[in-house]
Amino acid sequence: MLGKLGWNAIPFDQPIPLVSSAVVGIVLLGVLVWVWAKGYVPYLWSEWITSVDHKRIGVMYCVLAMVMLLRGFIDAMMMRTQQAMAFHSPGYLPPEHYNQIFSAHGTIMIFFVGMPFVVGLMNFVVPLQLGVRDVAFPTLNSVSFWLTASGALLVNISLVVGEFARTGWLAYPPLSELRYSPGVGVDYYLWALQIAGAGTLMGGINLATTILKMRAPGMSYLRMPVFCWTALASNLLIIAAFPVLTATFAMLLLDRYFGFHFFTNEAGGNAMMFVNLIWVWGHPEVYILILPAFGTFSEVVSTFSSKPLFGYRSMVIATMAICILSFMVWLHHFFTMGAGADVNAIFGIVSMIIAVPTGVKIFNWLFTMYGGRVRFHTPLLWALGFMVTFAVGGMTGVLLAVPPADFLLHNSLFLVAHFHNVIIGGVLFGAFAGYNYWFPKAFGFMLDERLGKVAFWCWFVGFYMAFVPLYAVGLLGMTRRMQHYDVAAWHPWLLVALGGALLILCGIGCQIAQLVVSIRTRERRRDLTGDPWDGRSLEWATPSPPPSFNFPVLPDVEGEEAYWGVKQRALDAQRLAEEPEYHAIEMPRNSPTGVVTAFFATVTGFSLIWHIWWLVALGLLGAFATFVVFAWRDEEEYEVPVEEVARVDRARRRARVEAMPDWRRPA
Amino acid sequence: MLMIVVPVVIATLAFAWWFRESNTKARYLPDWAYSGRVEFVVWAIPVLVILFLGGIAWIGSHELDPRKALPSRVRPLEVQVVSLDWKWLFIYPEQGVASVNQLVVPAGIPVHFSLTSASVMNAFFVPQLGTMIYTMHGMTTQLNLQADRPGVFHGLSSQYSGDGFSDMAFEMHAVPADQFAGWIGAARGAGPVLDEQGYAQLARQSENVRPFTYRAVQPRLFEAVATEKLAPGPGPETTDPDAMVSPRTEG
Repeated sequence: MLGKLGWNAIPFDQPIPLVSSAVVGIVLLGVLVWVWAKGYVPYLWSEWITSVDHKRIGVMYCVLAMVMLLRGFIDAMMMRTQQAMAFHSPGYLPPEHYNQIFSAHGTIMIFFVGMPFVVGLMNFVVPLQLGVRDVAFPTLNSVSFWLTASGALLVNISLVVGEFARTGWLAYPPLSELRYSPGVGVDYYLWALQIAGAGTLMGGINLATTILKMRAPGMSYLRMPVFCWTALASNLLIIAAFPVLTATFAMLLLDRYFGFHFFTNEAGGNAMMFVNLIWVWGHPEVYILILPAFGTFSEVVSTFSSKPLFGYRSMVIATMAICILSFMVWLHHFFTMGAGADVNAIFGIVSMIIAVPTGVKIFNWLFTMYGGRVRFHTPLLWALGFMVTFAVGGMTGVLLAVPPADFLLHNSLFLVAHFHNVIIGGVLFGAFAGYNYWFPKAFGFMLDERLGKVAFWCWFVGFYMAFVPLYAVGLLGMTRRMQHYDVAAWHPWLLVALGGALLILCGIGCQIAQLVVSIRTRERRRDLTGDPWDGRSLEWATPSPPPSFNFPVLPDVEGEEAYWGVKQRALDAQRLAEEPEYHAIEMPRNSPTGVVTAFFATVTGFSLIWHIWWLVALGLLGAFATFVVFAWRDEEEYEVPVEEVARVDRARRRARVEAMPDWRRPA
Repeated sequence: MLMIVVPVVIATLAFAWWFRESNTKARYLPDWAYSGRVEFVVWAIPVLVILFLGGIAWIGSHELDPRKALPSRVRPLEVQVVSLDWKWLFIYPEQGVASVNQLVVPAGIPVHFSLTSASVMNAFFVPQLGTMIYTMHGMTTQLNLQADRPGVFHGLSSQYSGDGFSDMAFEMHAVPADQFAGWIGAARGAGPVLDEQGYAQLARQSENVRPFTYRAVQPRLFEAVATEKLAPGPGPETTDPDAMVSPRTEG
């Protein structure tokens, strides 16, 4: 009846997962009871859960990412503590748990922190910057988000029901095959990522279509802000790379569920085929994450330098070059396979070539600041921290791309330090820059600057304190994923790294405090004009938070930096442009399709993991029925009356005129 | 590379500081967004660096190819390496002996390793000697190393391979040639015989295995492992149904 599921799936003898999941469960229950008691349920349901508004979905993606960041960071703290203790000692985490923790840490940080954060920012920003009302397929967007959330839920369920994978975050076979991993951990990993991956792919199609087909009048490709270019590149990579991931995992699932032999040790299976395929997805994946971060930094550096981005066309070329090159370097993840000198050398050189467009980008940000009026707000601090940190991370990356050097450093903590250097210093700093930069646009009030800056410094210093020691122990020959070790020279470095992790913990604490304080004092942090940073692109041309229809009248774009141009013309005339003619606007209706589909996807995934076949059938049937109901809908849009449109725009114009004396004139 | 990274870092901080809003001495160039000369330089610098480093990568990959024999007048010693769950087996085909978790080689003489895996992937790595290489089931990789002087070196697996991974370390003893001959002689005199049954027993999962030697090895055993004539390592053999759904700590 319940397949493999029984009481023995709950680790009653393991206090750590049991207590922590009990605490999480109680907190969750408390939040739900609070929401219910306060009567927020209808509001949440109609304004958020069933919303197909790209801005709401973008925000929910970012919230998911931040919650999962906490989970992934707890894993990181446990790993750092274990390695600080485990010199000549087994530490406090037995291998069975330690191995789950590093596997979960990697999986969560990439798939459920990095991805939702950048996808959320793109979702929120891209339609606003393009000057359109929503993405191409609004309901599909909601489905994408909820499928990602469903995958995240499955990973968290594994904490208390059964186990998570003990194979590392990429689950290399044959270790991940049934013979060597007979438990449910790998199945949790595979189904969670299959479900989330399907969501990501649909999201990629959605945003790429939006950028290619739905720009405001006059917004030609070469007038798009660089963030839109990086979003385009990132989503094209999603479309090209994620099917590879899905197919690779599908083959591993066939091996595990139906006794196929794609990657097994027996019957002609070849594990290295998996390793090749997973990195054919995996290397573009890191550019899927970093490109939107580059876009964010481009926006931030330009805005806070009060200057256009230096070398816009260079930036576009560099972005698209990275997009293409990222598919041609996957083998550098396993030079030590013994592929031969020619193959290794070619992949090494192509990997280095990626450093060219990336280096150009760094130089262009540098020259964007040159001749600017640099304002040191929190987003700019993250951007400066990124430029410094990423230069170092890029250098160690080029070093690792030299095959003979990789023969010594592969799989070492030097490698671990390198990719944290670029993922924390690049993707995460970018996400935090974007979070601080676009938060007033999303919610209509500013985040606290002081706490934001303290958080930055904790993260920045904490990062170096945590990862410079890992570079050092990597050079001393320490390999990754060790549960314990006997080499005395490594121990002091790992103690320092723990200190760095604690400093990052302070940074996270400051970020939580920043959010709480800002919400409590929001009334005096209001952004009335919709343009708190003196921005240059179209998202600042609409009120904060923007109305559901984004723009009362679709903007007419007359050059790069669309909104900057509008402001300059208004400054020249010392008054706003003529009031436009308002029309009623048709907007897509809310739809529970996304959340219901994801509910059935979660049920299907969970029952597949535990071999509860009747429930699998039920889940699939439910998901299909949801699709049928959606496909047969007869009302899909509602009309925003012209009075409402006019009211929103007139209020913004009034606020703008009142702020007129503050308008800066370039000297 | 530091020649570029350090100036870039300094320039980042310097530009940001000098062009701060409150600095009235800094010139404001609100429309300066393109300069062909600057663009040329910012593309040229990374391109030149990568041309240089690419050359190093090409030459280095060929010079230090793990498969390439080391230049030496002496014929290299053959050692066959099998990674098992979770220990290392070293077979000396020419001497007809084998050892577990202990690698003894003569110093100053090149060693040619052929490597494979009995079960999951591992990587053979002696940090002080250099190059690591994967061991993969059904495949053979090759590696040439040489210990220039006698010593004891820490060896390990640098590819995560499961629960016993952290203890998959071994000691590599590089000894003078006569001492090596003595060790071979001692190994021939004691210990069990490594045949198919012995191998099947060894292939079962075990952790923290103390070093020991085999006095004789069935001929072509390594080839039988590498070409999958012998069954792969059996993996976990627990009969405890609880352990199959949620790991239990033993003891």
